[in-house]
Amino acid sequence: MLVHLRRSLVLAVICLVFFGFVYAFAGIGVSQLLFKHQADGSLTANGSTLIGQNWAATKCPGNPLGSCVFNGRPDDTGPYAANPKDNVSGGDNPLVANGVSGESGATNLGPRSKVLLADTKALVAYWHKLGVDPTPDLVTTSGSGIDPDISALDATVQIPMVSKATGISPARLRTLIRQQTHPAQWGFLGSSYIDVLQLNEGLAKLEK
Amino acid sequence: MGFFLTILALVVTLGLAWRYLGSYMAAVFEGRVHFLGFIERPIYRMLGTSPEQEQTWKRYAGAMIIFSAVSIAFTYVILRIQGSLPLNPQHLGAVGPALSFNTATSFVTNTNWQNYGGETSMSYFSQMGALTVQQFVSAAVGISAAMVLVRGFSRRKSPTIGNFWVDITRCLFYVLLPISFVAGIVLVGQGAVDTLAGTTTFHDALNGVTQTIARGPAGFMGSIMQLGTNGGGFFNVDLAHPLENPTGLTNLLYIWLTLSIPFALTYTFGKMVGSIRHGVALLAVMVIIFGVWVGFSANAEHQNNSAVAAAHVYSPVGNMEGKEVRFGDTTSALFNVSMTQTSDGAVDSATDSYNPMGGFGPLTGMMLGEVTPGGTGSGLYTLLIYAIIAVFIGGLMIGRTPEFLGKKIQAREIKLAGLGALVMPITVLVLTALAVSLAEGRAGPLNAGPHGFSEILYGLTSQGNNNGSAMAGLTGNTPFYNIIGGIDMLIGRFGIMIPALALGGVLAAKDVVPESLGTFRTDNGMFVGLTIGVILIIGGLTFFPAVSLGPIVEQLSHLRFF
Repeated sequence: MLVHLRRSLVLAVICLVFFGFVYAFAGIGVSQLLFKHQADGSLTANGSTLIGQNWAATKCPGNPLGSCVFNGRPDDTGPYAANPKDNVSGGDNPLVANGVSGESGATNLGPRSKVLLADTKALVAYWHKLGVDPTPDLVTTSGSGIDPDISALDATVQIPMVSKATGISPARLRTLIRQQTHPAQWGFLGSSYIDVLQLNEGLAKLEK
Repeated sequence: MGFFLTILALVVTLGLAWRYLGSYMAAVFEGRVHFLGFIERPIYRMLGTSPEQEQTWKRYAGAMIIFSAVSIAFTYVILRIQGSLPLNPQHLGAVGPALSFNTATSFVTNTNWQNYGGETSMSYFSQMGALTVQQFVSAAVGISAAMVLVRGFSRRKSPTIGNFWVDITRCLFYVLLPISFVAGIVLVGQGAVDTLAGTTTFHDALNGVTQTIARGPAGFMGSIMQLGTNGGGFFNVDLAHPLENPTGLTNLLYIWLTLSIPFALTYTFGKMVGSIRHGVALLAVMVIIFGVWVGFSANAEHQNNSAVAAAHVYSPVGNMEGKEVRFGDTTSALFNVSMTQTSDGAVDSATDSYNPMGGFGPLTGMMLGEVTPGGTGSGLYTLLIYAIIAVFIGGLMIGRTPEFLGKKIQAREIKLAGLGALVMPITVLVLTALAVSLAEGRAGPLNAGPHGFSEILYGLTSQGNNNGSAMAGLTGNTPFYNIIGGIDMLIGRFGIMIPALALGGVLAAKDVVPESLGTFRTDNGMFVGLTIGVILIIGGLTFFPAVSLGPIVEQLSHLRFF
């Protein structure tokens, strides 16, 4: 009994040092040495390519909010726009799991939820007002609340809206979308996708 | 097409893990691997033990329980004083007592149920020193317990079944550490974040929005949390977070890490008992149930979400509520089913927003006792408990004394196996009944109607099975849920592990009966079918009424919203 306790304490301390700190610090060291860009969060001048942003808050001169850029998943638009000014990573969706600002989260609403039905209808109306016929991706929120990607189809249905607000021809936007579409990794892992931040950086170049 | 190639890639890579990791683990636990002897030997000296000092099952169990109690105490204290500890760039304060109790039991029991949001409540010190440590240790404890039951079959007339301190040290250093370190490098290379630099704030000139991005040492935590079937991620949304699971490849790697040890342990079992065929039989049980569950869950998620369809958005088909574009609907379902057929419980999509039959998959995967393939170690010992019951039933049918690998299965073994099989359903159902009877319990669910009941049932099933997956709409961070959840996890862990250790001890003491013509075969298709039958019948009989009030009624209530 006492010998068990003594050994338990010794092993717990060994594990704390070795698997708590030696492991984690060795991991951080190797990461920073080999893959500094990724380990720091894949940051570019305008944010992280891995973290979705609130494009719906973009001020578009003479046009409705967000209509001059491609929008991402509606993690923080329509009924989910709590605080579009201070867009904390995944935190402005009022329905995140614990309701804590700054925390990633999904709506967690079931498919037979009246709340989800009302929210979805509100999102459909929101898109129709912008002249977009939405796809399921554009009226559902993601698992993380900060999905950085949309599909090529999700971008294509936004062409009329973006073309009208920016004056760029639909044909040039279609070419941009084709250029920005990443195929599924190794051809089969997950889905084909477009990073919305990169897509809008490409769009900004076209506007110049 | 991509989905089937993903399955094929998993079959090939898991097949290699089954064969080679399986035989490597047998070598580790038989003491034939020594390349880290310079670390291993000093640890034995500090502990005052050695591989030659074997323990009886009672001493082994005593060591395991006291070590787990000390681990809970360590974890609890770190969480309570994290405000005064270093590595806390966000200046987070102490975690509350009920939440600390729940979290400490959660990580020590290999559950990783999370009633907190990682990036907003845990300091880097807590994530490393309290949580990641237990992701290693709890997995090693589970595998050690499985080794006891394996030795029960491989030894004859032996009063001892190994040395806990030696088993856990070998498992930690030779199995878990190398694999998780290599996998961590791959994860970070793909884009998983791993830094101590704290949050970063950006102003994006393109949309005029200022954004704060939470960061931390997530990549290397991700590799061990999956390899050890823990599942408690750095961020609140776990592996749906693009900074912990950035690409299709990392998603596949996380699935592989989770499934590799539980599947490979069947090879280890076969090798150690001297009959690979018996390992293959257990593997077949696992693969068949796993395959069916992946099939119907992926199919269910490739249907439209009812609410989205009711808002007249139909195409392309697939339930994308709570899912990430880079993974897609079917691969997300594969991921969540893999995590609930093991004791992992990580998610890359919100199970709460799954279609009713899509959510039925993860829920019932846990209810079947997580044996296909189950957690690291816990999957194998729980499956062996079911296999002993199957042998007993088979023996009754042909009217002979049942034997498994030459060991007579008698009254004492059946009592222990029965205890191991019934502890979990009783705990889960009693606590669910308690939660729905009390106002504190009914205050938990976010969704109304049958889905709300599913959330409660799912939460208590998950904790009782040491899974940690959640229908995250349930508000679990209340004193009521923190405390009954903690009790649920402790019973679910030790209520099965102790009978398994006892079985190992009792079986090791027996002699082997020579095989005869009348011996009931335990390595053929008949036995595989019988074991699958036992798993489905025990799970079905105990949980069908509860499940029919949740996902089944939700599926059948066509066109109704709650």
